[in-house]
Amino acid sequence: MTLIDLANPTGFRSLTARLLPFLAAATTILLLVGLYLSACAPDDYQQGATVKIMFIHVPNAWLSMFVWAVMTTSALGTLVWRHPLADVAAKTAAPIGASFTFLALVTGSLWGRPMWGAYWEWDARLTSVLILLLMYLGLIALWRAVEDPSRAARAAAVLTLAGAINLPIIKLSVDWWNTLHQPASVLRIGGPTLDRTFLVPLLVMASGFTLLFVTLHVAAMRTEILRRRVRALQMMQARGVSGEIGAAPRASQPA
Amino acid sequence: MSLGPYAPFIVTSYLAAALVAALLIGWIAIDYRNQKRRLRELEESGVVRRSGRSATES
Repeated sequence: MTLIDLANPTGFRSLTARLLPFLAAATTILLLVGLYLSACAPDDYQQGATVKIMFIHVPNAWLSMFVWAVMTTSALGTLVWRHPLADVAAKTAAPIGASFTFLALVTGSLWGRPMWGAYWEWDARLTSVLILLLMYLGLIALWRAVEDPSRAARAAAVLTLAGAINLPIIKLSVDWWNTLHQPASVLRIGGPTLDRTFLVPLLVMASGFTLLFVTLHVAAMRTEILRRRVRALQMMQARGVSGEIGAAPRASQPA
Repeated sequence: MSLGPYAPFIVTSYLAAALVAALLIGWIAIDYRNQKRRLRELEESGVVRRSGRSATES
């Protein structure tokens, strides 16, 4: 199996058929270990037990941006290299990314209520992540609105590349504007400021959620390849039927 | 393990994550099964790929 084989949808399906059970098992193990470590993590001296929400909220927030970055790479694959799997990857990543973004907003809200006294604030970080969710939903709508997958892929790729400008805005929003949201405490110059007792469970949960994304993405890509085969066969069937209908009157004409 | 007075917020966060993950897994699994079934039906009705290979293989 070479990289060129991966460009072939049939090769991709055959490789991932063998890979998926291992990915699913690794995801389950990592998430279970992460949940155990999260449950055992001590309370924060200021936030108390609500710090446990961080182990769910932060991985989802990271993934909401990571998935868009994956889609941006796929968009380049569609527009520049015309890789046959690039638009399959972009299309199938969008609903998963939207789910992670939705979870980041919901868990952030549930963390914000006890800590800030409000479920929602129109501050820079929260608003930019809400815009990210709306962009995901817009992309999903675009994929569904355009029937021809290759035309939809090009339009979605342009929108994805344009939307990528939101990623640095989300990341730096806490530095550029005054917000209720805390500044970066893990991915920052100078290293994490988070204590090891919280950092280890957080990183294990983040790895688990990242593997969950990879597993779901690969499974969704396999389904999308099948959907395109169904579409191709249905078009062949329709052409065959219309050919028969078109040929029938000529055959029945008198000589 | 005591979650203190904010237990509902913590538990709801974990349940929301579990629910969304379960919905995603379920949706992808059902979608895969549906596409497989539609391909099988098309092949049984005599529509095959130009290569002659089964569309459901691999």
